[in-house]
Amino acid sequence: MDKYRINHLKELEAESIYVIREVAAQFENPVMLFSGGKDSIVMFHLARKAFWPAKVPFALMHVDTGHNFPETIEYRDKLMEETGAKCIVEYVQDSIDSGKAVEEKGFNASRNKLQTVTLLDGLEKHKFDAAMGGGRRDEEKARAKERFFSHRDEFGQWDPKNQRPELWNIFNGKKHMGEHFRVFPISNWTEMDVWQYILMESIPLPSLYFTHEREVFNRDGVWMANEPCMTLKPNEKIEVKQVRCRTIGDVTCTGLTLSTANTLEDIIQEVASTRTTERGGRADDKRSESAMEDRKREGYF
Amino acid sequence: MSGKASGYLDMELLRFTTAGSVDDGKSTLIGRLLYDSKAIFEDQMEAIEKASERSGHEEVNLALLTDGLRSEREQGITIDVAYRYFATPKRKFIIADTPGHIQYTRNMVTGASTANVALILVDARQGVLEQTLRHAYIASLLQIPHVIFCINKMDLVNYDQITFETIRKDIDAVASKLSVKDIRFVPISALNGDNVVDRSEKMDWYDGPTLMYLLENIHISSDINHDNFRFPVQYVIRPQSKEWPDYRGYGGRLASGAIKVGDEVTVLPSGFSSKVKSINLMDEQLEYAFAPQSVALTLEDDIDISRGDMLVKTNNGQPQVGQDVDVMLCWFNERKLIPRGKYVLRHTSAEARCMVKDIQFKMNINTLEKDLDDKDISMNDIAKVSLRVTKPLFFDSYNVNRITGSLILVDEGTNETVAAGMII
Repeated sequence: MDKYRINHLKELEAESIYVIREVAAQFENPVMLFSGGKDSIVMFHLARKAFWPAKVPFALMHVDTGHNFPETIEYRDKLMEETGAKCIVEYVQDSIDSGKAVEEKGFNASRNKLQTVTLLDGLEKHKFDAAMGGGRRDEEKARAKERFFSHRDEFGQWDPKNQRPELWNIFNGKKHMGEHFRVFPISNWTEMDVWQYILMESIPLPSLYFTHEREVFNRDGVWMANEPCMTLKPNEKIEVKQVRCRTIGDVTCTGLTLSTANTLEDIIQEVASTRTTERGGRADDKRSESAMEDRKREGYF
Repeated sequence: MSGKASGYLDMELLRFTTAGSVDDGKSTLIGRLLYDSKAIFEDQMEAIEKASERSGHEEVNLALLTDGLRSEREQGITIDVAYRYFATPKRKFIIADTPGHIQYTRNMVTGASTANVALILVDARQGVLEQTLRHAYIASLLQIPHVIFCINKMDLVNYDQITFETIRKDIDAVASKLSVKDIRFVPISALNGDNVVDRSEKMDWYDGPTLMYLLENIHISSDINHDNFRFPVQYVIRPQSKEWPDYRGYGGRLASGAIKVGDEVTVLPSGFSSKVKSINLMDEQLEYAFAPQSVALTLEDDIDISRGDMLVKTNNGQPQVGQDVDVMLCWFNERKLIPRGKYVLRHTSAEARCMVKDIQFKMNINTLEKDLDDKDISMNDIAKVSLRVTKPLFFDSYNVNRITGSLILVDEGTNETVAAGMII
């Protein structure tokens, strides 16, 4: 019966809303991680749907590396103001200043790995017992084996070989004191699903996702933004190009795509015809074959 | 919206599971489906090429695509369930790729629990093996509506029709003992792509559909139970704001059936009745809702309802209510089932404690025979047991409702999920 049919996006939406409500019901003090990227924007949109007309019954947390695109912060603050949600910001700089994290050196220095320290400290400080993240299984091969409800020990570590079986739509969020969960409500979404959903729901995005003129330079075949936190090598020169972000991390690890895509429709066309994964531009994944698995084991997003 | 951007609004979601061992070509088949549907990107392909070179393979090893964890790559085996995604203009597919060895039965069960379709690979040279039987049994136990047997490596038996027909007959004989609603057979060569996406020129005797055609067209919208409305209450939404001082919504996902504004509902366990006042999904006011949608319902009357309660339609079939349930249990944990042991039980949004009262039999999943004497239930075993629950559950038989008929057991000491149960 066609009357009782929903398309794949509505089915993914229903699944994610179910997962988010399950988190609110099973945990005492959950938090939703928010980076200002499209995945966390969609996740937050789903959370608003899950509890409407009530406000989202948990806080958001942004782990701020200090190396942000200004557009991301602007977008974040405006969104919080419009929705009445609360966003806690934890700074990697604070972890460095207190000696818990050590800044990497050299041209490819990134605070990406240091975020884990700040994240785990933030969870402990606020006594969060579950942290929802916008990770998707299609992003990377270690993520393909991640559960919706992912158990972490008292060190925040992931043990991929000892994961709880997860069947039907029954989630087991039971844990001992000091342990927590990472929950991934949009596990089953692909990059394409996220874009199509943003279009279907007319969700506003940071301007970085659309084409704009920017000062960039080319490092190892990837276009990087010329922002104050970047140091150029002698052979690298600044050019002005029409670019956009396909994925937004912090400035040091976000590769820009040469693109003239100006609308969501353009972006969807572009994604459909692209021949590299969105993390292909992410310097943080290129470090080794199991870079993501190693970071996840330590407690990364 | 332009053509390409709006086309996705008609796409359906299909979840399928694949079970198989190292040698039967499962990884090659998945690689083929991903590759032919252009779901493999250049940088992924480059990474696999590099990895294949490092581990000494002459050709690109597509299996490396699915082996995600370092220990899996080192050992060359799949340990855990891996989820893969691809899409064609008609459907989005989610593959739960599971290892096929007997010691990974629990992973197969996990992958099967949400699947619409099971792909079972059979090596044409070997025919029906113990493993084929085991996979078919799990598909039937988990009530996967459609099972497609891919008779693979047809290239190694000269694309011989008789070989295919013999295997088909052997499986049919076994299938008559199982309860699978829809069984299909496709002769393929995953390696060469015969009958996977494109029709094989070498098997003109086969006039059935290709595997991809089946995956794209198999009728799945009737797999969902649209008969009896079941709404486990997941979360009570009370804004208590100036704008919404009295709003009281019940958040949940329809487990089955449909509901419309004005329908009379009964609340379990209290037994009170009321009418549906509104169905909300954010600011959308829906006239009706159906499984598997997530919505919020408001009722005409103010009744005390909380998480773990269930709303059902007053005028159609009611669930069973009781503290004694018989289940087919699949055991997941290294610590064995303790007879008369106590566990936490989770069923829909309800949680209770339960005791394993009786172990009726253990299933030999290689011969499909019941063993009435062996009561030793350890990891990967499947057994029929009787549970006594501390409070009444509202349930249906798993055969008619995969959501209200399923449960898990959690160890009270370790908090691990130790078993999955299907209510008989």
